[in-house]
Amino acid sequence: MSAAKKASARPGLAPGLLVRMYRQMMAIRLFEERVNDLYTRALMPGLAHLYNGEEAIAVGVCEALNRDDYITSTHRGHGHCLAKGASPDRMFAELLGKHAGYCKGKGGSMHIADPDTGNLGANAIVGGSVAIAAGAAFTAKYLKTRQVAVCFFGEGALGQGLLYESMNLAQLWKLPVIFVCENNLYNEYTHFSETTAGDIMARPAAFGMKAAQVDGQDVRLVYSTVSPLIARARKGEGPAFLLADTYRYHGHHVGDIARDYYRPKQEEGKWLTGRDPIKLHAAYLLKAKVATKAALGAIDEELANEMDAAMQFGVDAAYPEPHEVEQDVYA
Amino acid sequence: MPEAAGNTREITFGLAIKEAIAEEMRRDPRIVLMGEDVAEAGTAFKVLGGLVDEFGTGRVIDTPISEPGFAGIGVGAAMTGLRPIVDIMFGDFMTLIMDQVVNQAAKTSYMSGGKWRVPLVIRTTMGATRRSAAQHSQSLHAWPSHIPGLKVVVPSTPYDAKGLLKSAIRDDNPVVFFEDKISYTKVKGPVPTGDYTIPLGVADVKREGRDISFIATSSMVQVALGAAAMLEEVGISAEVVDPRTTWPLDEDTLVESVKKTSRAIVMDEGYARYGVGAELAALVSQGAFYHLDAPVTRLCAMHVPIPFSPALEDATVPTERAAFDMARKLVGR
Repeated sequence: MSAAKKASARPGLAPGLLVRMYRQMMAIRLFEERVNDLYTRALMPGLAHLYNGEEAIAVGVCEALNRDDYITSTHRGHGHCLAKGASPDRMFAELLGKHAGYCKGKGGSMHIADPDTGNLGANAIVGGSVAIAAGAAFTAKYLKTRQVAVCFFGEGALGQGLLYESMNLAQLWKLPVIFVCENNLYNEYTHFSETTAGDIMARPAAFGMKAAQVDGQDVRLVYSTVSPLIARARKGEGPAFLLADTYRYHGHHVGDIARDYYRPKQEEGKWLTGRDPIKLHAAYLLKAKVATKAALGAIDEELANEMDAAMQFGVDAAYPEPHEVEQDVYA
Repeated sequence: MPEAAGNTREITFGLAIKEAIAEEMRRDPRIVLMGEDVAEAGTAFKVLGGLVDEFGTGRVIDTPISEPGFAGIGVGAAMTGLRPIVDIMFGDFMTLIMDQVVNQAAKTSYMSGGKWRVPLVIRTTMGATRRSAAQHSQSLHAWPSHIPGLKVVVPSTPYDAKGLLKSAIRDDNPVVFFEDKISYTKVKGPVPTGDYTIPLGVADVKREGRDISFIATSSMVQVALGAAAMLEEVGISAEVVDPRTTWPLDEDTLVESVKKTSRAIVMDEGYARYGVGAELAALVSQGAFYHLDAPVTRLCAMHVPIPFSPALEDATVPTERAAFDMARKLVGR
């Protein structure tokens, strides 16, 4: 990343927002820890792809959005859904295949969708939602609603042709869509350098698209970088591309435990200790005297209780009735 | 044509399509139409000429040659309040948009527990014998018919095309609408001037008969009617039933026809193997089993890529003569 491209953090974010960012990131972290716990205790059907380590991106971006703005998410989508306002209890219920879940148990971890928070849906096809996000932006432009759509995707989607078709269309038609690429370094079990030719930032540049690269572990930087991109999209000035460098703490999914063959333990340790987005932001809050250690501790405790209750809600919730299997195939 | 009101006139299949779109776009400002060369060119088949003059380039939108991209934009736009019509020039290009259709549009309602809807129409074409060779001639309507969450329309007449397309546009689900390319100019028929719709999932008996049922879709309906006229001259009374939609499917009307005639030939321009013909044949075999006097038979496209040479291509598509011969064989006279 060149110094010129690197966006700089703007001072002066409101203390309330700064604390809220901490809370939101910690909520995602504690949610995901419980998901992992449910999996290891064999209480969760299927698998889940955890967002731990990447929280600053979802929170930094979604804090800059309005409730009625749209997002599309990925198979690693719990963080995006929570950051956009989803309730953890109904998310746990969905992950456990319960009727009270966001999709009545029909979607599961990879398909959480929620019209109330503008969540068009997590998507288990890599890059599968980029055109859908552009389509939501098309509607916003057509109906002049001033809404913006954000498309979250991992760097693995850089290999999908649909991404470039959608970027071309979005730029051509000046659609209010922000393409947010979360580069957590690994396309499943393969380092992105083995799959990605050239400079990623040259790709939006080829479309003449406004673009920025940001340290995805710095929630304030993500927020202050994406905010003007969102503002210009809202004004009708066109789409943007945000590349956020980050790291996936867990494996590709909860069952991906033995990772030595594709990434060294030392690398994981380096990110966990030195680059953790929550620790970095907490340190900033303390140093800037925005919050005290006790205040942050109280938030942690409150969230832990909330997540325990949410998880229990999911565990206790009822499964769908068998006859529901044929419902909702058609509107 | 019992349903419609108003004066009727003879128009082409292609004009019926354009009228349906124009009338719906006048009725509902949320309808947009996008695709390659749909605006000034009025599509590669010149079916939509003039639409852009009435509705402007904001609603009749030329796209780049990016079928998955604009199909996906159609899905997202449909989810968020518009009612897009996406034009896929050749049915062969359905291959390019299958993820957006099969994994996205078709599953969005179900995966979201019914919270999101995709009121999207994908218009595309089918049909061989235009000397367009293997990548511009296929009839791939079996593919979307295989997928829960999609509706699939295969109209055969101008009247059906217009009424069914209006229903497709007003439907809250993704609908794939297959237009036979040859029919655009070749098939003419009476169409009322007034507004009417035909519900999806209602078959139509195109010709009544006693001895054998042709269950025919799209382009094959005209072929079946031609064969039925030939059969009449040799004293065989053939019924022609058009399902009009492969899903939802009016199974009852098909089965009742075969129960009455005791013999059936299923005619479809897609491939026979694992195709629409196979499904329809299986359903009427099962439903009319105790009434059958002959095995239910299929006449579909030959199981080869569509060849270019006229000498070869014409052999791949069922003809009136083939239908006539097979019907005589089954009837036994």
